[in-house]
Amino acid sequence: MNNLLPVPVLLPMLGAALTLILGRRPRVQRLVSIGVLAGVVAVAATLALQANAFGPQTLWVGAWPRGFGIVLVADRLSGLMLTVAALVTLAVLLYSAGQEDDEVKKETPVSIFHPTFLLMCAGVSNAFLAGDLFNLFVGFEILLFASYVLLTMGGTGSRIRAGSIYVVVNLLSSSLFLIALANVYAAVGTVNLAQIAQRIPALPEATQTQLQFMLLVVFAIKAAVFPLSAWLPDSYPTAPAPVTAVFAGLLTKVGVYAILRTQTLLFPHRPLTELLLCVAGATMVVGILGAIAQSEIKRMLSFTLVSHIGYMVMGIALATEAGIAGAIFYTAHHITIQATLFLVVGLIQRVGGSSSLDRLSGLLVTSPLLAVLFIIPGMNLAGIPPLSGFIGKLGLLEAGVQVGTPLAFVLVATSVITSLLTLYAIAKVWNRAFWGTPVAYTKPTPEDEDELPINPSGGPMPRIMVAATFALIGLSIALTVFAGPLYEYATQAARALLNADYVTAVLGEVAP
Amino acid sequence: MTGNVTLAIVAGVLIAAGVYLLTERSLTRILVGVLVMSNGVNILFLIAAGRAGDPPLLGLFNPDTMADPLPMAMVLTAIVITMAVSAFVVTVAYRSFQLNGHDEVSDDIEDRRIRELAERDDVSDSFEDISFSDTGEDRVSE
Repeated sequence: MNNLLPVPVLLPMLGAALTLILGRRPRVQRLVSIGVLAGVVAVAATLALQANAFGPQTLWVGAWPRGFGIVLVADRLSGLMLTVAALVTLAVLLYSAGQEDDEVKKETPVSIFHPTFLLMCAGVSNAFLAGDLFNLFVGFEILLFASYVLLTMGGTGSRIRAGSIYVVVNLLSSSLFLIALANVYAAVGTVNLAQIAQRIPALPEATQTQLQFMLLVVFAIKAAVFPLSAWLPDSYPTAPAPVTAVFAGLLTKVGVYAILRTQTLLFPHRPLTELLLCVAGATMVVGILGAIAQSEIKRMLSFTLVSHIGYMVMGIALATEAGIAGAIFYTAHHITIQATLFLVVGLIQRVGGSSSLDRLSGLLVTSPLLAVLFIIPGMNLAGIPPLSGFIGKLGLLEAGVQVGTPLAFVLVATSVITSLLTLYAIAKVWNRAFWGTPVAYTKPTPEDEDELPINPSGGPMPRIMVAATFALIGLSIALTVFAGPLYEYATQAARALLNADYVTAVLGEVAP
Repeated sequence: MTGNVTLAIVAGVLIAAGVYLLTERSLTRILVGVLVMSNGVNILFLIAAGRAGDPPLLGLFNPDTMADPLPMAMVLTAIVITMAVSAFVVTVAYRSFQLNGHDEVSDDIEDRRIRELAERDDVSDSFEDISFSDTGEDRVSE
């Protein structure tokens, strides 16, 4: 019993209501949102530490007897995800608060940005804390609804186009999720994750396979795992920079978290290693080849996002303690780094007037600070030692070698090549956008506006935006410096997942 | 658990029709598809609930003959979510109509660009032709 558990969900919801009322007073609105998210960070960190010290924290909401009602659970995995997610959303919100007023009018024109943003945080927290499948579904729906609104914010032509594709894809995956839920309930008579885990081994083999594949497909769509990833590079780049940053950082990772949770908890005896390894390899290769072919930085980053989801899936596929620990560490690293890079692209758009490599040149001369801001997370994404990307990849490679099957070695090779190609993609941006002679700032033409909205007014970068980006870079460096204890934490989280500590913690000694 | 074949067939037909409509280009048809499909999915929950029975009110009915209330609660949630989705899709369709005069979802920009490049038999923007010469100056054409 831990009454802190609902706070990461309730606090942003209350904040959303409050900011909605305060719609006419933007400054107060910002203060409220920042205060709320700072509170969530504190609570999430407390939960992570408590889970580490005392094992999984649970709360049966409404004080129903165990086995009835809804349960919220924070084990080490949820705690870590929750903390990193809260830190990243806080930094992104600070960044958006730093945007100048004219920019705010164009980028986030209405007073509903803050309430929607907070609702999305509530949805993400709910998904991480959910102890039953239906609550997980509700968490997904909350965050998806907020994301529909954020993605189509302003209602420009390109955003409506990108938004409609995003909405249709997610509607389909949500319906599939509901069908899977109905099937699970018909098969085992419960939607509580711990109870499902207990009852699933008694089911016929075919039913187990069906349930596992349905859940896997649903979460693979959300996590943008190839071949279900085509929607992502198409819909993300058109949104405002802070929105893209938080989407890229968080939303796909919630899908990864759900795959990790259901695979280890519900189907520990059917790891599907071969299939998932093939899928992971395909995701890496297809994603990174797509990234290399792009000449627009946001689209390029969306493709690297897809590609690097492959690393996490690889860790999950290996289904060993080392593999899952690697996947957990890599997820935490990737949430931070991908959000940072999208924030930096927002700054590049401001300074250079575009995010297309054809229109950028010589940014190193124009703004050396921006170059520093880009190169650190860029190198981290590519996995250059000693940054956290390298540590995460090293862990996954070691896990792959330990497993030692031919397919695992193929995956190890694939992930090294993907890493090198990521470096190539980043180097390409560096060569074409930062080197060369500076070009005069050109105002975006209406034609560009039609394809990819470009916002900025030129001029120096606002201090708060730079500070927020630096804060995220600081977070990724902290992940590097404290990699020892963090990796130990991830390993323990992985061990707990494989030992099914979760079931005992949720259901106690009471057998159904 | 015993299944109900009639309900299963109805659910199957509704979901199939819904998925077919989802593949259409017009957002209005997609909306109809979503509505039809969500009803099909809700019927699946009815099947999962098992046989129909008395209202689940403790003290008024015998617990042995009561219907299972949990799937009904889930269906209610699903209905509310579908309602919100419909409202949002209608808004997007209307905005699309305002901007373009129709509510059709257009192609991916990248697909369009690649098709145009292919028609012109041209190379992509991201292609760099690097040639090295012994004068010490490397040339990069972009």
